Amino acid sequence: MPVGAASWSFTEDDYGAILRSLQQFLYDSNARSALLVDRSGQLVATVGEPPQFDPTAFATLTAADFSANDQLARLIGETEFNSLFHQGEQESMYLVDIARRVILVILFDNRTTLGLVRLKVKHTVEELTRQFAAMFERGRGGEQASPPNILAGAEDEIDRLFQ
Amino acid sequence: MSMINYASREINCKIVYYGPGLGGKTTNLEHVYGRVQPNTRGKLISLATETERTLFFDFLPVDLGTIRGFKTRFHLYTVPGQVYYNASRKLILKGVDGIVFVADSQLERMEANLEAMQNLYDNMQEYGYDLTTMPFVVQYNKRDLPNAAQVGELQTALNPGWEVREPQKQRVAPDPYHAGENLIEQIPSGEWVERAPYFEAVAVTGEGVFDTLKAVSKFVLKTLA
Repeated sequence: MPVGAASWSFTEDDYGAILRSLQQFLYDSNARSALLVDRSGQLVATVGEPPQFDPTAFATLTAADFSANDQLARLIGETEFNSLFHQGEQESMYLVDIARRVILVILFDNRTTLGLVRLKVKHTVEELTRQFAAMFERGRGGEQASPPNILAGAEDEIDRLFQ
Repeated sequence: MSMINYASREINCKIVYYGPGLGGKTTNLEHVYGRVQPNTRGKLISLATETERTLFFDFLPVDLGTIRGFKTRFHLYTVPGQVYYNASRKLILKGVDGIVFVADSQLERMEANLEAMQNLYDNMQEYGYDLTTMPFVVQYNKRDLPNAAQVGELQTALNPGWEVREPQKQRVAPDPYHAGENLIEQIPSGEWVERAPYFEAVAVTGEGVFDTLKAVSKFVLKTLA
């Protein structure tokens, strides 16, 4: 199955667990904020200092960045680059793959170091990979009740929107 | 893949404008960007070369209104037209909810249109997506040019239709956008075919741009309903 092609959803509990993992990571690493972005470019969650930029554009470019680097990896005979680092003068970002479906982006400045971020993120990545793998597994097994379809029967409303 | 965010009460959908190089995909987005209220759109992001050819993609998020209390947010993307950028064209299709194929109506661009359409089918197939079962519209752009081909010719070449096999779908479906025409009909050979809705446009003046966007967005939301 292609990366990120299937639909998936998570419960309030899943979301809470993800946020807790990320908050713990920010506390341990002293990074500014962490964002979770789905491989198709949708922003899933933001933790830490609220970003001062357009998060939608940021998420799209993150997914594109990761996809382009995946292709570069293949060209040199690797299957993927599972982490990327972009260094700036003040602000830097570290991106890491979670379960081939989601990208964790960590924004940090000179209050911490790349070494500490990488060291602390290892545990968080393992934790998130476990959580996401369980969610996808549940979705595939069909045990998870699909979320109520909020648009069911909304055809008239959709028609009115486009009049 | 649409994403419904219950926390921020948003429905996010991804629409990709596909088509041959210099056909007007970016112009479509620029017109949308220029015409919608600034508070209902995000930034227009262009990853282009110095000569303004799209290198990776253009991206524009727009809000089209509220349904059941959920903001409907559409992420519009264009792909680079040139086939040698196929790797990036394919990447943009990941997770797509709806496709607009922007064809260049000029007679001399017919081959480029056909090549791009074939490339779209191939790339979609590689992802396991079926273009015939998802929101898909065709826009014939540059209708104002003197060398524009007839719409009928363009339809025959680019949107001849696909066979409808399911008996329950084999009934005439009128084209809501063109009186007297059908989206699903039986052709003289006895076969039932379905075509994608089409629109005529002049993207530089904005003609047909919103009609196309509205049609594909509505189509996407209806598949969720």
